[in-house]
Amino acid sequence: MIYGAGVDVGSTQTKAVIIDSSRDIVARALQMTGANVSKAAENCYLEALKSAGMTRDQVGYVIGTGYGRYKVTFGDAQVTEISCHARGAHFMYPGTRTVIDIGGQDTKAIRVGSNGEVVDFSMNDKCAAGTGRFLSASAEVLDLSLDKIGPLSLEGKDPVRLSTVCTVFVESDIMSYLAQGRKTPDILAGVHRAIAARTMSLLQRIGMGPEYTMTGGVARNVGMIQALEEKLKAPLNHGADSHYMGAIGAALFALERSEAAARSKCEEAVLGGWDDGSVEKKK
Amino acid sequence: MAEYATAVHEASRKAMTAWYDRLAAAAKSGAPSAYTMISGNCVEILRAFDIEPVFPEVNALQLAIRKQSLPLILKAEEMGYSSDNCAYVKADAGFTFAGGVGKDGKIPTPSFILCNFVGCNVYIKWFEHSAEFLGVPLTMIDVPFVRSDRPTDGDVRYVVSQLNKLIAECERVTGKKFDIDRLREVCRLSAKAEDGWQKCKDLCKATPSPMDAYFDAINLMGPINVLRGTQDAVDFFDVAVKEYEGLVAGKKGPLPQEKFRIVVEGPPPYPFYRQFRDLFAAWGAVAVQSTYSTVGGIWEFGFRHDPKRPLESIAEQMLMENLCNRSLLDRYKQIRRYVDEWKADALVIHSVKSCRLFSAGQGDMRDYFANELGVPTLLVESDLEDPRYYAQAMMKNRIDAFFESLAHRKLIKRA
Repeated sequence: MIYGAGVDVGSTQTKAVIIDSSRDIVARALQMTGANVSKAAENCYLEALKSAGMTRDQVGYVIGTGYGRYKVTFGDAQVTEISCHARGAHFMYPGTRTVIDIGGQDTKAIRVGSNGEVVDFSMNDKCAAGTGRFLSASAEVLDLSLDKIGPLSLEGKDPVRLSTVCTVFVESDIMSYLAQGRKTPDILAGVHRAIAARTMSLLQRIGMGPEYTMTGGVARNVGMIQALEEKLKAPLNHGADSHYMGAIGAALFALERSEAAARSKCEEAVLGGWDDGSVEKKK
Repeated sequence: MAEYATAVHEASRKAMTAWYDRLAAAAKSGAPSAYTMISGNCVEILRAFDIEPVFPEVNALQLAIRKQSLPLILKAEEMGYSSDNCAYVKADAGFTFAGGVGKDGKIPTPSFILCNFVGCNVYIKWFEHSAEFLGVPLTMIDVPFVRSDRPTDGDVRYVVSQLNKLIAECERVTGKKFDIDRLREVCRLSAKAEDGWQKCKDLCKATPSPMDAYFDAINLMGPINVLRGTQDAVDFFDVAVKEYEGLVAGKKGPLPQEKFRIVVEGPPPYPFYRQFRDLFAAWGAVAVQSTYSTVGGIWEFGFRHDPKRPLESIAEQMLMENLCNRSLLDRYKQIRRYVDEWKADALVIHSVKSCRLFSAGQGDMRDYFANELGVPTLLVESDLEDPRYYAQAMMKNRIDAFFESLAHRKLIKRA
């Protein structure tokens, strides 16, 4: 059996996935990135290997992605998370044409072609407005854990209108609503709507279209899914693996390279990605 | 790479150093000089009076490229300039407040200030502030925005009438009588340098392109804007054309392999010039054309200063034949020609945070090229002067993702 592994080192969490040549996900691992990025990548990958009962030499290629991709020092190549999320989303939901990836510090809208290739993308600028960090800042002000805010937002009957999507100023905005006696679910509903509205402007820039697939850590938040579906007026593909989508895409690129290297046909490797010389290097 | 295009680099460096030496000498001797703007400049008139032009924009970019701009920007902000103000303006204001001495010596206090570009309100205020602070007279030329394909006769007459006032100011400053034949000769020399400019740009249609028409174009922009109208500019372009012709014949370009041909819109992030360039070089991406290189004038489509109609042709360049005084739709046309005629794979827009005038509409531009014309387009943002707007990891991520997708799509097409 041939295996490929992907390690997605995000700003908040690190994810590792191993995929076999039947395209089955044989291992997943997740941990906080923390300050030691290389160590987080290494530990996460080792955990994935352990859970699959595998050793390093069984894996043909390892591809690093995410902001810390160059810290995946044991990896064979790096691919941006934009390509990986597109690839992963297309693999899990082949009808995907638009990917919404909301991570810790990034929100990305990616238009995907019929082969899972990136056609266009747009992302938030040098500012965390409307990203996962916005949600965690809101949760902190309200003294709630991150996993509670999504379900709670669904109980909101009269959502507040936030005056900002700034991750810093949202705190004072929420404080002022609390001072006015507004209910927490209404405030949270407003928070989720604000992010959805911000995400829509990114989506509109790339010429969005169905099917829509959500990836990244924020896909676990039911409130966010609902707020986005309301704005999109369309269903949003999501599931337990949405959080791992970048690592899944990276593992698929790695697997294709492993298979191509096994067949010693460099040029075929690039059908799933591109030839950056790593196939030759590995041989 | 080490031996690439050495003659052009060396000739440009020499020419610009000599210019800075002349400015330092003028600062000492009090020889006539004038502040003026690159955008649609009328340096020919100054040349006809032997008035040395000083370009505060060039000073600003030199400060940025040497990573000296931030303390000056902060100085200007301390003096009351807003953090949203044009960073070129703030760097120059800070530089002036700090005494106007750069690495290349003292920038002279000008005999007068010539505001030749009025497409930007902030620029008008910039030169008004400079005139007040330095206590020198200001000549303001009002150049109307042209909304039609060509400026009308009335537009040209309007600008020429103001050029006559500028001439009177030059006569006053120098004590010399205006000599139309001297201006004709300056225009003849301008046109010869402009021929060289067009040849260099045309040579970039070759594969591989002999130069990066964005990053290397600054070697050409100095001489064409600062020295236009002199034999030095003509000689410089003779060197450039010869070297680039040799590179085309030898199928050589700035990178070992040209994998992608791009057109670039918007000025570069000067404080991170090298890092920004390397992000494209890593993908084998070479700019075959750029709009930024045409802020002073657009000569690649055939416009020339005309010795037979010196004042009228100067007015036409100021009105229409430069990037900044054109409508956004004309900028689209210019980029479209670049993409088609220079056979580019993609368009890269570098948007400038501290210049909303020039950057406004770039979102629509991206949409038009990407979605209506099907030209893969990348929009990235930072600043031309203020290092605080640039984030290397984010910039790299966007550029890598863009070229990954281009590479992927090329392969799918091939398969």
